[in-house]
Amino acid sequence: MAVLTIAKSIAQAIAEEMERDPSVVVLGEEVAAAGGTYGATSGLLDRFGEARVKDTPISEGIIVGAAVGAAMNGLRPVAEIMGINFAFLAMDMIVNHAAKVHSMFGGQFRCPLVVRTTSGGGRQLGATHSQTVEHLFAHFPGLKVVCPSTPADAKGLLKAAIRTDDPVMFVEQATMYSLRGEVPDDKDFLIPIGKSDVKRRGRHVTVVAYSNMVEISLKAATELAKDGIECEVIDLRSLRPLDLDPVFESFKQTNRAVVVEESWPTYGVGAEVATRLYEECFDYVDAPIQRVAQKEVPLPYAANLERAALPQVADVVRAVKAVL
Amino acid sequence: MDKAEMLELYRQMVLIRLFEEKCEELYQKGKIGGFMHLYIGQEATGVGAVAARQPQDSLITGYRDHGIALAAGMSARTAMAEMLGRVTGCAKGKGGSMHLADINLKFWGGHAIVGAQIALAAGLAWADQFRQTAGCTLCFFGDGATNISYFHEALNLAAVWKLPVVFICENNKYGMWTPVEKVSAVTEIRRKASAYAIPSDSADGMDLLDVRAKTAAALAHCRAGNGPYFLEVHTYRYRGHSMGDQRPYRTQEEIRKWQAEDPIGKFEKVLLDSGIAPAEIDRVDDEVKAIMADAVQFAEASPVPDDSEIWTDIYVEN
Ligand SMILES: Cc1ncc(C[n+]2csc(CCOP(=O)(O)OP(=O)(O)O)c2C)c(N)n1
Ligand SMILES: [Mg+2]
Repeated sequence: MAVLTIAKSIAQAIAEEMERDPSVVVLGEEVAAAGGTYGATSGLLDRFGEARVKDTPISEGIIVGAAVGAAMNGLRPVAEIMGINFAFLAMDMIVNHAAKVHSMFGGQFRCPLVVRTTSGGGRQLGATHSQTVEHLFAHFPGLKVVCPSTPADAKGLLKAAIRTDDPVMFVEQATMYSLRGEVPDDKDFLIPIGKSDVKRRGRHVTVVAYSNMVEISLKAATELAKDGIECEVIDLRSLRPLDLDPVFESFKQTNRAVVVEESWPTYGVGAEVATRLYEECFDYVDAPIQRVAQKEVPLPYAANLERAALPQVADVVRAVKAVL
Repeated sequence: MDKAEMLELYRQMVLIRLFEEKCEELYQKGKIGGFMHLYIGQEATGVGAVAARQPQDSLITGYRDHGIALAAGMSARTAMAEMLGRVTGCAKGKGGSMHLADINLKFWGGHAIVGAQIALAAGLAWADQFRQTAGCTLCFFGDGATNISYFHEALNLAAVWKLPVVFICENNKYGMWTPVEKVSAVTEIRRKASAYAIPSDSADGMDLLDVRAKTAAALAHCRAGNGPYFLEVHTYRYRGHSMGDQRPYRTQEEIRKWQAEDPIGKFEKVLLDSGIAPAEIDRVDDEVKAIMADAVQFAEASPVPDDSEIWTDIYVEN
């Protein structure tokens, strides 16, 4: 096993899949000559050439549009949208086409497409460049939405995403590209999409998170452990399909839960997970489920304001104590 | 063109016309639901353009798709069953009038978001270019669709990547109830292609042979590796934008003027002038009537999808 950053593990996953399957192609703004805004496609152009690694105009609609058409007609495109805030310009293609061409035409067409993009705040980029909105895409049946939290998960999940015949939104976190971790070298290292993962065992409180909120939750868990409070931290890994079985199982032991998301709470992941817990585990509830989320404001620029609006380790600690 | 081929193209136009007249009737009886957009008046565009394609070429269009579907070779049975929401329809009853498609005919669908098919066409063509299939894509869209971002993004990408796609604008003079000149700064739509250095031509959409010849030339351009081509076809829809459209946005006089140029009547004259006997034409008309009667019977006798079908085809891998 090698120790890699998430950016490197993504580049490795794509390269291995391109090596394995000649129909895998990469397209997006600055992905070829420049190697990707965050370096996640670095080295691919040299290795696989211009026909398979393509820079595009700044045209989000046609990046995803061409990728959907090509996916229907035999390619397996890995399209990069520079940031999820720009995916709004491709929203129609993603939700009205990628998500629908299989079902709406009675199963005739397939759309083996991966749209990779970057989500999240915390970089002082102001309100339009800092949104955490992957759950919007997870609203749509027909799409899969994957959000890795470690370099190993990024590799295994991305390889699985490239191999699946369904369209996948693969949502990375801008603040996490340099996060390092051990990554299996195995060229067939795959993590099935739609399986949550217990990242830390604990018997007092179930903490549900995904993407960079897993790291924050783990830090909170370490802190709480000093006071003898043991958190079970569960990483959803994909928002659709949403695998809540491990969450229910854990909750039936702990009877208490906190859901941590970087986005706004209204209509969010926490709302969904909490509702499902109330529906499935009502008899086990010992305390109202808590949500840790972003304040309901467009994210401001000033560092202190941004920090005040985004969920922090202390917020998770407070929420866990509140359910105890 | 030999006599058999001429009769075949005539047959296709008549089939589209009678198919849609039947659809109108069934819609009014409440047997067809949703939005339905008729192609009546535009038959020569679809039939003429599709006649120029080779088997490896792809077709894609918008929601006004019955004509392209039938010209592509979809049977009237399969198309009618889809209209009626039956399991024997081309999309198992999940698509409806606006979403006809058949992957085996390389007909990649009717798409009901205006202009989306132009973006998808670029992708279809890219895949053919990449896989070196020698296939080109014929992409049909309306005049109104040339004002949407997909149009401009797709033409630009197709030009930059030299994609083998023929963009065919069916300029029927209106987008819903709005005339071209009210919403498009450039009313000679083919000129928009020049912004992306794409060569263009225009065709008389009431003249099947003109559309066919211009499409063939466009395809030859693409197949030789020269990148995309743009064809503006001047045509007219006789019916409203969609079923139930009775709005007074155009004059009866204007409609009559175009109907005097009816593409089917015009082509019938070509057949007669070239020595085909009226009896042969009548035989085709009768044949199409029989096909339509059979198609309606087949569709009505077909089962609706089982309710459990709502859960199928959502994902390839669950
Ligand atoms: C993105 C989008 N906006 C609006 C509509 C509603 N709509 C359906 S057809 C149409 C007019 C399109 O006109 P045109 O492109 O000229 O095609 P035509 O109907 O004349 O064949 C509109 C506005 C839609 N389906 N999609
Ligand atoms: Mg129009």
